[in-house]
Amino acid sequence: MKLNVYVTLKPGVLDPQGKAIHHALGSLGFQGVEDVRQGKLIQLDVADSTSDADIDSMCRQLLANTVIENYRVEKA
Amino acid sequence: MKSAVIVFPGSNCDRDLAVALKAVTGREPMMVWHGDSALPDGVDFVGVPGGFSYGDYLRSGAIAARSPIMRAVVEAADRGVTVFGVCNGFQVLTEAGLLPGALMRNAGLNFVCRTVPLTVAGESRFTAGYKVGETIAVPVAHHDGNYAADEATLDRLEGEGRIAFRYGEPVNGSARNIAGIVNDRGNVLGMMPHPERAFEPAHGNTDGRRLFEALVDGVVA
Repeated sequence: MKLNVYVTLKPGVLDPQGKAIHHALGSLGFQGVEDVRQGKLIQLDVADSTSDADIDSMCRQLLANTVIENYRVEKA
Repeated sequence: MKSAVIVFPGSNCDRDLAVALKAVTGREPMMVWHGDSALPDGVDFVGVPGGFSYGDYLRSGAIAARSPIMRAVVEAADRGVTVFGVCNGFQVLTEAGLLPGALMRNAGLNFVCRTVPLTVAGESRFTAGYKVGETIAVPVAHHDGNYAADEATLDRLEGEGRIAFRYGEPVNGSARNIAGIVNDRGNVLGMMPHPERAFEPAHGNTDGRRLFEALVDGVVA
């Protein structure tokens, strides 16, 4: 089973890298970019029998730091 | 004082920390590999050094915090053993849940490497060699030192006097200029600046030395 885990900064947490990308897009002349937030995509290939609870534990214990990040799992 | 320094793949300040500890304790600290599952018997100080453990993959300190030895470090901290994390060590301690909050990319996106003024902000076994309110000079060298926590956590840290050090000037965007914090029991400190690099006259200043000396005095007393 293939999983896409999207890890993103929580709303309100300052994202200096997103800001730098935003700035660079402006420098390239792209108008109307309101905001940029950078996150990561982690792709897992797990046994079909893996429970949702285990997947959630993987996210909480390692893949995301829930102090500053949210995560979303998508079955690909 | 019997001390141990944890060594992860990618640690690069483990020897600096060991040199400082040897100088104040008079005995060689034990260097403990990340893959070990136990600390040496009778250890009363554990140092988690600076560096780039596991190449800072995933998040700074994230993989190191899940290494076998860190389970033993968490247990030791729960028993009241003194645990001291510098720089990457601070990141490891937050990732391991021993300290609240997280260390994010510096607000200016630059790696900051210079000596900064630090104000001693709270009393603890780590700051017993300083006066609260005193300003000292200690080097920083980090890319991810921007301390973040929710407002309630920041208020609690402040209210409980658990902010050990604050930057005396803007350095990395840290919430409330936090440079170092202690846990609720006061036996775990994490700080981004490197007191072990302001230890000998050859370093240019010795302001960091008193932190280590106070710990030795605390254990003897």
